[in-house]
Amino acid sequence: MSADTRNATAIQAEQVGKRYYLGEGVGGPGGLAAALESGLKAPFRRLRGHRPVSHVEGEEFWALRDVSFSIERGEVVGMIGRNGAGKSTMLKILAQITPPTEGRVVLRGRVSSLLEVGTGFHPELTGRENIFLNGTVLGMRRRQIVEKFDEIVEFSEIGQFLDTPVKRYSSGMYVRLAFSVASHLLTEILLIDEVLAVGDAAFQRKCLDRMEAISRSGDHTIIFVSHSTQTVRKVADRIILLEDGRLTLDGPAEEVTAKYLERIQPIEHGGFSVIGRDVTRGGTGEARTVRVALQDDSGNIRERIHFGEPFTVELTVEVDKPIPEAAFDVGISTQDGGRFMTASSSDKGGEWLELRPGTHKIRARIEATLYPGEFVIDAGIYTSNGTQIDDIERVLSFTGLNTPAVEGGERYQWDVSQGYVRAPSSWTPVEEPSPVEPLTAPVSPGQGAR
Amino acid sequence: MESSVQPARGERVIVPQRGWRKLELRELWDQRDLIGVFIRRDLGTRYKQTTIGLFWTVLQPLALTTIFSVFFGLLAKVPSAAGIPYPLFAASGMILWLAISEAFGRVSMSTVSASALLSKIYFPRLAIPIASLAAPVLDFLAGVVIVLLLSIGYGFEPTWKLLLFPLLIAGLIGTSLGAGLWFAALSAKYRDALLVLPLISLVGLFISPIIYPIELVPENLQAVYVLNPVAGLMEFYRWMLLPLALPLHLLAISLTVSVTLLVSGAYYYKRAEPGFADAL
Repeated sequence: MSADTRNATAIQAEQVGKRYYLGEGVGGPGGLAAALESGLKAPFRRLRGHRPVSHVEGEEFWALRDVSFSIERGEVVGMIGRNGAGKSTMLKILAQITPPTEGRVVLRGRVSSLLEVGTGFHPELTGRENIFLNGTVLGMRRRQIVEKFDEIVEFSEIGQFLDTPVKRYSSGMYVRLAFSVASHLLTEILLIDEVLAVGDAAFQRKCLDRMEAISRSGDHTIIFVSHSTQTVRKVADRIILLEDGRLTLDGPAEEVTAKYLERIQPIEHGGFSVIGRDVTRGGTGEARTVRVALQDDSGNIRERIHFGEPFTVELTVEVDKPIPEAAFDVGISTQDGGRFMTASSSDKGGEWLELRPGTHKIRARIEATLYPGEFVIDAGIYTSNGTQIDDIERVLSFTGLNTPAVEGGERYQWDVSQGYVRAPSSWTPVEEPSPVEPLTAPVSPGQGAR
Repeated sequence: MESSVQPARGERVIVPQRGWRKLELRELWDQRDLIGVFIRRDLGTRYKQTTIGLFWTVLQPLALTTIFSVFFGLLAKVPSAAGIPYPLFAASGMILWLAISEAFGRVSMSTVSASALLSKIYFPRLAIPIASLAAPVLDFLAGVVIVLLLSIGYGFEPTWKLLLFPLLIAGLIGTSLGAGLWFAALSAKYRDALLVLPLISLVGLFISPIIYPIELVPENLQAVYVLNPVAGLMEFYRWMLLPLALPLHLLAISLTVSVTLLVSGAYYYKRAEPGFADAL
């Protein structure tokens, strides 16, 4: 028996498929009930306006098809793919929230899922009460929760607010408490969907570290879904790529991300990019970057930037709800997805910006000198408490040239770039070595011990 | 460090779910902690914001009783059951009816109110409607104390029959759960099913012996009348509290309907359950 439970395979998915009928519930097309339903619902649906009108009633659609994989105990697997690729559907099937239409999954060990932060939290209850509520909902016994209680509170950093109703918490505190509960009350299999996108950067780091620690213990299997290849490859050793409901790549993290990034070419190369609804983005979504343009100092749209030429990234943003304190950031990454620099509107004590509903433009002039190469722009919006509102990677790519912007300006003179960006620096004149000063510093005992 | 993790409970196989399914009551029992937590959440938050908490519980039945006593008992001269003063008759009926109607309503709404939970976590779904019964049942207990005090005030001493009280609670739970589960299951896909609830509540008040005695219904129609399970339950309840006769054959009909509702409701709920997350 113990041989059975110690079986090395934690999750085995065999030809899993999930079919939805667009424009209606689960029942399938046809039948009196469906007719009655559409007749009854039509006027209400228009009032609520929650279903896209363009969907043909009863049209079928496979969110997942023929997906097979097998995950060993102790593995940390990332699942990536564009919006609608089937990542969340797969997690919901694994979490037993929705059954598959075909195929089967064998799970060995207890499963808990963190598909949304604070699921099962009740706003009127205090942090303390919610820890118990949430823990039980995640499948824990009261005794286990008591055992882990102090650790949870400490990790979540909510301290003095423990006995405050969670409706008075900031969204950051909410996320911290929720992740803390889920990551301390561990089951053998942990499913995590995108939740970290909402926390502030420092806490995100802490969560990733925590996940690494969990995975190092070797007993827990983690499936982690994210739109951000950056985040996924920090935690996962192995990545599964889903595209249009099918598993298209499965392998070592670095390998899969590289291939994936090759496939999702930046939305546009050079000039500007209008970001459609199908693009995968993270964050709470109260405001969204809908267009990104690359400009020179005269406001012309540019595809290439000359060596040493400052450039401007113009963001067009749609805001749904007023956001009192927001900031923007523009990241510059390499073609293979490594972010090497970020400019934020809150840098150097920059003011927090008040965003009113509507469409706005903001420009960032970036004065760094890029070495020649191909670069990609990422864009994000966040609030003063660190909540990520919007986050899109690889919006626009552009080329950095080795030629100067103006006749007779500096030209990059080498064939190979060392790094991506020139470090601002100043150099002293060459001095003669002083006869009393040794060239190497003496090694102190403290440093030696390391 | 992670010593408290339970050993694997073997395998779990996830396959497509279609048609009628087992109730899986064993799994529900294993997760009874969860029902407890849902109940505590319900009760804990219920009166947190109101200072006179329990007072609200009894205010509604008392107000309604007063109105019915004045307009029906006093002015319209609606008769009461043999030898029972009308206010006591109406108050007792109202307390049970409000509990049934509240319990039925809450069970019916439970799928939609728990949609955030249902679309994000797995747990035995039946825990939700079952837990939603706790608040109305507790309200009923408080109400029954008042009815008892009232009947003692009118000179009716409690008898041995009160020992059958658990049966009444079982009837209350079974009837409201059975009917409610149908709506809870339907509401995920047909949200409009819930629009009919207030109507059912209102109609129920008039087609059950709450503010008028069952004797008012012609004898040859009584067998049809008690197809409404509330009728039988109401008769049993008043028989328990007051010196009244118990029409056993009528009770049997109501009971049969109740049990049928409960079993069919539970199976129908279980059948609809896999679709909840997709439909909500």
